[in-house]
Amino acid sequence: MSNRSLSSVVKLSILSVVLAFTSNVYADPVKAAFVYIGPTGDHGWTFAHDQGAKYVKEMMGDDVIITTVESVEENSDSERVITSLARKNDIIFTTSFGYMNPTVKVAARYPNVKFEHATGYMRPTDNISTYSARFYEGRHVIGKIAGRMTKNNVIGYIASFPIPEVIRGINSAYLAAKSVNPDIEMKIVWVYSWYDPGKEADAANALIAQGADILMQHTDSTAPMTVAEEKGVYAFGQASNMREWGKNAQLTGIIDDWGPYYLERVQAVKDGTWTSTDVFHGVDSGMVKFAPMNKSMPKDIRNEASRAIIDLSMGKIHPFTGPINKQDGSPWLAEGETPPNYPDLLTMDFYVEGIEAKYPN
Amino acid sequence: MIKLIPRVENSTVMVLLSPLLALTLTALSAYLIFVFVLVDIPVSSVFFTLFVEPLIDSYYFSELLVKAAPLMIIGLGLSIGFRAGIWNIGAEGQYVMGGIAGSAVGLYFYNVEALWLLPLMTIAGILGGMFYAGIAAFLRIKYQVNEILVTLMLTYVAVLFLSAMLQGPLRNPSGFNFPESRIFHDSAMLPIIWEGTRLHIGLIVAIILSFVAWFGIKKHMFGMQIKISGSAPRAAKFAGFDDNKTVWYSLLISGGLAGLAGLFEAAGPAGQLTPGLPQFYGFTAIIVAFLARLHPVGVLFSALLIALSYVGGENVQIEYNLPSSITQIFQGMLLFYFLACDILIKYKVVSFKTKN
Repeated sequence: MSNRSLSSVVKLSILSVVLAFTSNVYADPVKAAFVYIGPTGDHGWTFAHDQGAKYVKEMMGDDVIITTVESVEENSDSERVITSLARKNDIIFTTSFGYMNPTVKVAARYPNVKFEHATGYMRPTDNISTYSARFYEGRHVIGKIAGRMTKNNVIGYIASFPIPEVIRGINSAYLAAKSVNPDIEMKIVWVYSWYDPGKEADAANALIAQGADILMQHTDSTAPMTVAEEKGVYAFGQASNMREWGKNAQLTGIIDDWGPYYLERVQAVKDGTWTSTDVFHGVDSGMVKFAPMNKSMPKDIRNEASRAIIDLSMGKIHPFTGPINKQDGSPWLAEGETPPNYPDLLTMDFYVEGIEAKYPN
Repeated sequence: MIKLIPRVENSTVMVLLSPLLALTLTALSAYLIFVFVLVDIPVSSVFFTLFVEPLIDSYYFSELLVKAAPLMIIGLGLSIGFRAGIWNIGAEGQYVMGGIAGSAVGLYFYNVEALWLLPLMTIAGILGGMFYAGIAAFLRIKYQVNEILVTLMLTYVAVLFLSAMLQGPLRNPSGFNFPESRIFHDSAMLPIIWEGTRLHIGLIVAIILSFVAWFGIKKHMFGMQIKISGSAPRAAKFAGFDDNKTVWYSLLISGGLAGLAGLFEAAGPAGQLTPGLPQFYGFTAIIVAFLARLHPVGVLFSALLIALSYVGGENVQIEYNLPSSITQIFQGMLLFYFLACDILIKYKVVSFKTKN
């Protein structure tokens, strides 16, 4: 490189530094990166986040450059992936709980990069935000449908890991089903994985063999839906519309709609208005949506479900409204009481009364 | 029909060249795949990101060494056992148990800052791995149960045991009930040997151990014993070697080293015990051991090569949005070509007509 071009490079970089200090507004495209736990083709959790990323691209066009990395294990490798991304991006979304401590560590080393961690709770530096959705509101709706639609009065639940988010879903679905069908029983199988089509299918088959005629899943693949379709039982889509895999089986599905949130956050980086926040949105803000309801469902059940969705979106009902006891019979919520986010919802580690399965530990 | 016939003499040159040959063939195949798969991206830049960048960028180089260290330590232990014909397939389980045992010590003394803590955790880690591999040794000697099955099955048990521990006694009491331990404090963490990176003392330990093992195998009677037990079991018997001893030593050494690697992972890059501790190092180390032809020092190099495929594969995914399976394809091809080359060095292919 000649001296002249070298000096122009130096000038240019000085200029850009000055620019960066005088205004926070990005003239260049914002570089946003997404770290995924599963493959984008899981048609579940990761698929939904990837749809969000695509939505940002669609809305912002050339103003954003998006990088995605899929199937990043929740181990020390994730810290390297996040670091690699932090070297080249302005904002990074780490979309699974297990990325929490790696995200925190990398954020401390890259103070100029913004980090958004899904479903976590740690924000030690002011360049980290956390966000999550109230999926348990969705579970409330499908719980009601399941309680009405089951003939055997047995709901099968395919659960991933016993973390508060999953426990909330189980409790919410159970309470809603019980409210419309007092004879309901819930069988729960833990597969200890977020994405493992083989294990999820095994779990679905086992639950059906135990008499379940409605399946719910808190795992990310379409395998349970496929099994439900084959065996002629009902199921609910998880994180995205899984109708393709269960034309007859899918009654509705809980859809995670991250797009608007992602757009807002990336735009905030571009505008220089990004600040560290903690978001826990539900049906009311549209972060939790529903797949179209199956036409085969009786009209009154469909209406009841739609009613629940409307009530949730208007804040009229709360899936956890007392009186509710814990599994061991000890009181949790008094008559008419609803739980605070912290600690009740965010650290939930108990089943509610009526669930017979043993709490896993 | 094709038949493999042992060669009378193995060419020394080819024995030395075969790793290079395998590497070249892998690169060529990768090149062909890329030419067909990539549309807008020049193959050369993908190759650069995959094979060169991790070696010249200081951050990626440090991460390559971080990734290689556990593979070196586990691969070293496996190479010793495999020499003796003891097939410890479940190093992953011993790695997890070592990680749990060592971390449990660290978590028990979570509010004690002392110099003795890390050594104590290390010993617990090694013992955890030894104990776990010891089960397989015991069952094989006492009841003639195949160690391949036992070690492999026990891996699943270990992973579930880890889940149970993180749901119960080792869970962070102020961690919102998520299955993770507390974060280790400084005196429970491995010293960093390259400032500003995650590279820890495990690399040095791996290098020292591999040379110790090399000299041990060369000079010590035990080295002779495992070699003969592996290649000529009957001869070993006639020579009066104690078969049981070979089984015990092989499994305890490989288990102990796997346990050490597990603790190093928890007290190193992870910094806490999480469900993400098992990350296939125990299985990948089998490839590492065979790529090194079970040579204790060769393990250092094959571990680096496999680590390169991890770090490079990850970067290719980030830079060019290629699928993450690139890494596995690359590792699979490497092992395939390597074994194929070795077979063709030891055997020659003869074609002959069948009688019908």
